[in-house]
Amino acid sequence: MKRYDLIVIGAGPAGLSAAVEGAKRGLEVVVFDENDKPGGQLFKQIHKFFGSKEHKAKIRGYNIGKELLSNAEQLGVKIILNAEVVGLYPFKEVAINIDQKVVYYRADTIVASTGASEKMISFPGWTLPGVIGAGAAQTMMNIHGVKPGKKILMLGSGNVGLVVTYQLLQAGIEVAAVVDASPQIGGYGVHAAKVARTEVPFYTSHTIVRAEGEASVTGAVIAEVDQNWNIIEGTEQSFEVDTICLSVGLSPMSKLFSMAGCDLEEIPAKGGMVPLCDEYGETSVSGIYAAGDVSGIEEASSAMIEGRIAGKAAAYKLGYIEEKEFLEEIAEQKKSLAGLRQGMFAPENKGKKFKKTEEGYAISDNLLKKGYIDSREIEKYPGIKAKEQIHPVIECTQNIPCNPCQDSCPKECIVVENITSLPEYIESEACSGCGLCVASCPGQAVFLINDDPEAGCSYITIPYEFSPLPASGDLGIALDRSGEELCEAEIFDIKSIKSFDNTHLLTMKVPIEYSKEARFFKAKRSEIYG
Amino acid sequence: MRIKEHPVLGEFEKGKEVTFTLDGKEMHGYEGEPIAAALRAAGVMVHRHTKKGSGRGIFCAIGRCTDCVMIVNGKINVRTCITPLKAGMEVKTQYGVSDKH
Repeated sequence: MKRYDLIVIGAGPAGLSAAVEGAKRGLEVVVFDENDKPGGQLFKQIHKFFGSKEHKAKIRGYNIGKELLSNAEQLGVKIILNAEVVGLYPFKEVAINIDQKVVYYRADTIVASTGASEKMISFPGWTLPGVIGAGAAQTMMNIHGVKPGKKILMLGSGNVGLVVTYQLLQAGIEVAAVVDASPQIGGYGVHAAKVARTEVPFYTSHTIVRAEGEASVTGAVIAEVDQNWNIIEGTEQSFEVDTICLSVGLSPMSKLFSMAGCDLEEIPAKGGMVPLCDEYGETSVSGIYAAGDVSGIEEASSAMIEGRIAGKAAAYKLGYIEEKEFLEEIAEQKKSLAGLRQGMFAPENKGKKFKKTEEGYAISDNLLKKGYIDSREIEKYPGIKAKEQIHPVIECTQNIPCNPCQDSCPKECIVVENITSLPEYIESEACSGCGLCVASCPGQAVFLINDDPEAGCSYITIPYEFSPLPASGDLGIALDRSGEELCEAEIFDIKSIKSFDNTHLLTMKVPIEYSKEARFFKAKRSEIYG
Repeated sequence: MRIKEHPVLGEFEKGKEVTFTLDGKEMHGYEGEPIAAALRAAGVMVHRHTKKGSGRGIFCAIGRCTDCVMIVNGKINVRTCITPLKAGMEVKTQYGVSDKH
């Protein structure tokens, strides 16, 4: 039986990171994955990641995946695909189903990064063709280039629901509504805001009553719920949709750990049953480590760091790293991980409701309920300062660990005090209007405003990631933060630079009275459909 | 139902166009893409019917839930969302565990 130094189960962000760390230290590493392509869910994630430089902020998930994979290949990591691990034993042996045959391998250390599966909810009609998981929608459109439906209702407003909703819009699919039984939107406000401004309505405190249709979905009925989650009679509303997308949470896939005899515990903040691990991800069975979503649902950025820690720990256990170097490297990774685990959306704050930011600014109720901030309340935040000359308007109002806006500004006009602080626009410095902050914001929450009172107009630069891209001179309609039509707008300029990575900067000209409200551009239908 | 030009991903790389059959009817798709993707692109929603007769289609699209299983080249319970399409494949709607109503 072949024996490896390190066997990694799962070639997602955590697994590949662990494999890279092990291989760097000279361990003989093999990675098994049940899929026909490596990368886990990274290649489906086409949005820019949050965090800071060290977390690969402002890089799109699939590009992070490509880099990680090429690192692993360069280091000689063996990745075996279509290999489903069906058994994990305490003596560090794995059973793998390859081509309908079970084969066995042993290792001195094992990192299991098996990820998570989607949770589901049932309701009348939920088995109809046309009811799909949010992950399925992402796989169909971002990997296979096929639209999962023509018109979709999204159930769930956590980050997955919001990100997938935006991706559906990018794929040219209409989204009828985002529905959540909770009284407030679960994911980042900036993710909700970029959806709301494209005319997609949010229905918080609403749940699905039934899916309609005979052979497949033809509609969805939703209704309002009270504080005890009971449906309020008479509040039913119907939507004509062909697809209902479920995004109601993730659950760690920890079964292999229980098979190996590792201690597990049901921890709601981590998403369910997880193996109990020490600070290096080592389970109660010596030499078996857990990393990524299987040890607690978080973002891919955290999964990569957990993978690195587990990979380094495996190398240390086998004597491939000196203690001093190991401890230094771990301390650095932990610091980086701690950076991501701060703010209102930190794992320990799951389910908590914040009324105020760290700085004491009131959190917008509109943002939490409807997905957008009212133009009157936006002005109190530190990223917004009234000014005539060109300047950024940073509509980032929750404490999220993210700072590319600060790092991107060559004039140092933007300050993010600690990684979760609200970005502040420093008025005294001169903004050149380069737009780097607009393109770098993973939440698409930065705009440039340039008022021209003499001409009575305002030039508003917005991040734009849709097809077809308008051209200079095109006429369209400016929408406000809620997606309401405001006024006619003319495209004045379009900046598309390779380093912006497909975030185009659209500058539209609107009457000056709409300067504080116009935040999205909708092409006139005739221009899209000829 | 195919995405022609994606604002971030551009054009999708696809294998060569191939024909296959669904319940004897000629269909088109791209070699190597999952059978389910080719069917969805052609507007097919129902992949199988349970023993009690209720329809099922794509649900998880990653080979986990088995809702999308069909009969492929005579073999039942093939997960079409993770089975690559090949030219000439005979795909049939599955009823219970057979191709009979």
